[in-house]
Amino acid sequence: MSPDMRARLAHVELANPVLTASGCAAFGRELSQFFDVSRLGAVVTKSVTLAPRAGRPTPRVAETPSGMLNSVGLQGPGVEAFLRRDLPWLTAHGVPVVVSIAGSSVAEYAELARRVSAESGVAAVEVNLSCPNVEDRGRRFASDAGAASDVVSAVRTHCRFDVPVFAKLSADVTDVVPIAKACVDAGAEGLSMINTILGMAVDVDTMRPSLAGGTGGLSGPAVRPVAVRCIWQVYAALPGVPIIGMGGVATGRDALELILAGACVVSVGTAIFHDPYACIRILRELEELLEQRGVERLSDAIGLAHRALPRHRTEENHL
Amino acid sequence: MAPVQVTGTVLTIRQVDAYHAMTVVAPGIAERFKAGHFTAVAVGGAETSMLLRRCLSIHDVKPDYGGTVELVFSVQGRGTAWLADRRVRDSLDLVGPLGRPFPLPRDPVHCLLVGSGYGSAPLFPLADALQARGCRVDFILGAPSADRVFGALRARRMGETTTLTTDDGSLGMRGSVTDMLPHVIADSQADVVYACAPMAVLRSVAAVAARHGIPAMVSVEEAMACGIGVCMSCVLPVVGDDGITRLVRSCVDGPVFRGERVRFDDVGTIPFDALGAPGGRLAEAGP
Repeated sequence: MSPDMRARLAHVELANPVLTASGCAAFGRELSQFFDVSRLGAVVTKSVTLAPRAGRPTPRVAETPSGMLNSVGLQGPGVEAFLRRDLPWLTAHGVPVVVSIAGSSVAEYAELARRVSAESGVAAVEVNLSCPNVEDRGRRFASDAGAASDVVSAVRTHCRFDVPVFAKLSADVTDVVPIAKACVDAGAEGLSMINTILGMAVDVDTMRPSLAGGTGGLSGPAVRPVAVRCIWQVYAALPGVPIIGMGGVATGRDALELILAGACVVSVGTAIFHDPYACIRILRELEELLEQRGVERLSDAIGLAHRALPRHRTEENHL
Repeated sequence: MAPVQVTGTVLTIRQVDAYHAMTVVAPGIAERFKAGHFTAVAVGGAETSMLLRRCLSIHDVKPDYGGTVELVFSVQGRGTAWLADRRVRDSLDLVGPLGRPFPLPRDPVHCLLVGSGYGSAPLFPLADALQARGCRVDFILGAPSADRVFGALRARRMGETTTLTTDDGSLGMRGSVTDMLPHVIADSQADVVYACAPMAVLRSVAAVAARHGIPAMVSVEEAMACGIGVCMSCVLPVVGDDGITRLVRSCVDGPVFRGERVRFDDVGTIPFDALGAPGGRLAEAGP
């Protein structure tokens, strides 16, 4: 019997647990050339900003072993064009939409939350507190529990009451748990982790940085162990809080790893650049893996790795 | 027509001077192909540490074996080196055809095709399409040296005239393709220029064409990560119909642009007056 793949983002039910990761599927239109986007658990949009943003100069990408660096810098059309053009397209295609928002001040986040959550078809809001590519590094809210808490509480206040708020955290901190706790205390229904990790590459042929912006965000399978660690630590500290897990998921096994560590759904990012069908393939692989393991419901697998092994299994190991 | 992902089989691979030419059986891509399209090729095999596809222009398609595509590339790093090591009957994961093809004129006009290095590759299916419409086709092909001029023979066969240039004078005229451009535009009475070359050459081609009052269609080569429009890494500043400069994606909004619309001087930067530039324009024009 195929397992029950329904997933939940706080109180919002999704048909399956495989989402796109913010910034890796634009606003869904491009992927719809390859498959029906309503087969996705949800589309997490590229981070929406208040005003249009041109982003950072090119070159913006550099390939690294099992990963890539990007310094796109939140290029996007701004919230007005997003609400006029992109959100209606997504809702018309019958896919739940998680809108990622990014601002440079608490007031900007609040305004974005208010405008975005007022629209119908928004399943949840993901607060991007942790983009490593904004010019003003001093304001990386996810690096500081107080700053993160200020943003999340403003977003929660201005968001419509029935739209859950997920805070997207960075792994580039000494301890992710206090920041996760601060976000939950400030009203976040859930957490997303991890954003890209700040990295850099130097081109030894030109003897200059590979990216025009110098530093960039590292993503891809190279960061997956970091994602698993963050999800594990936060799930252990805050077991009831739903986690959108992301970071280097390229196969069903990777997705299951994050779920076993404590994620309730997974976002697929960099893998989409390699394989436009990645989300659909990963969902199928995940379903098969759960079935092989006799797991009847996806929800039964969430955080399973935290539970002690049953006694008879440990005894077997001693024989 | 929408692009597809196919697992193709390598039919032939051979070295052509400084380049590699590979024919792959890829029916879905061949049947959808129009001149100017490119394809994104996965490199390194299933367990590779190379995550990004390599975007290569399509040199030719043929109906054999249900449809084949021919790719021309030079070895520039680990990914293209892996590609050059493929042998007949190996399989290859391709996504394509991608991008916007070259627009074709409605009338049988005179077309000048300019290629530098392996940038010549996509010009041949274009020449086929133009000649099928009764257009006159002339070529200027160039490269740093003779072994890097791609398709000189075929150009001589197809073109009304073919002008070759090399930086070291080892083939044709000494100099760059843009040195010869004004003469050839005049001699061939060109109505439109099509070009595929490195950015610096395209910039000169666009400038010369503008001076002669004729349109230039340029196919740009920008570093791409996804090739399908989701990653926003291959952007360059292009002026839109409304006069506003936007950072547009060369993979889905290009790779072919009208030469006069590309702000070549500002490629690699964020022009201060671009939509969404820091401290710059913050709103779309209109009501």
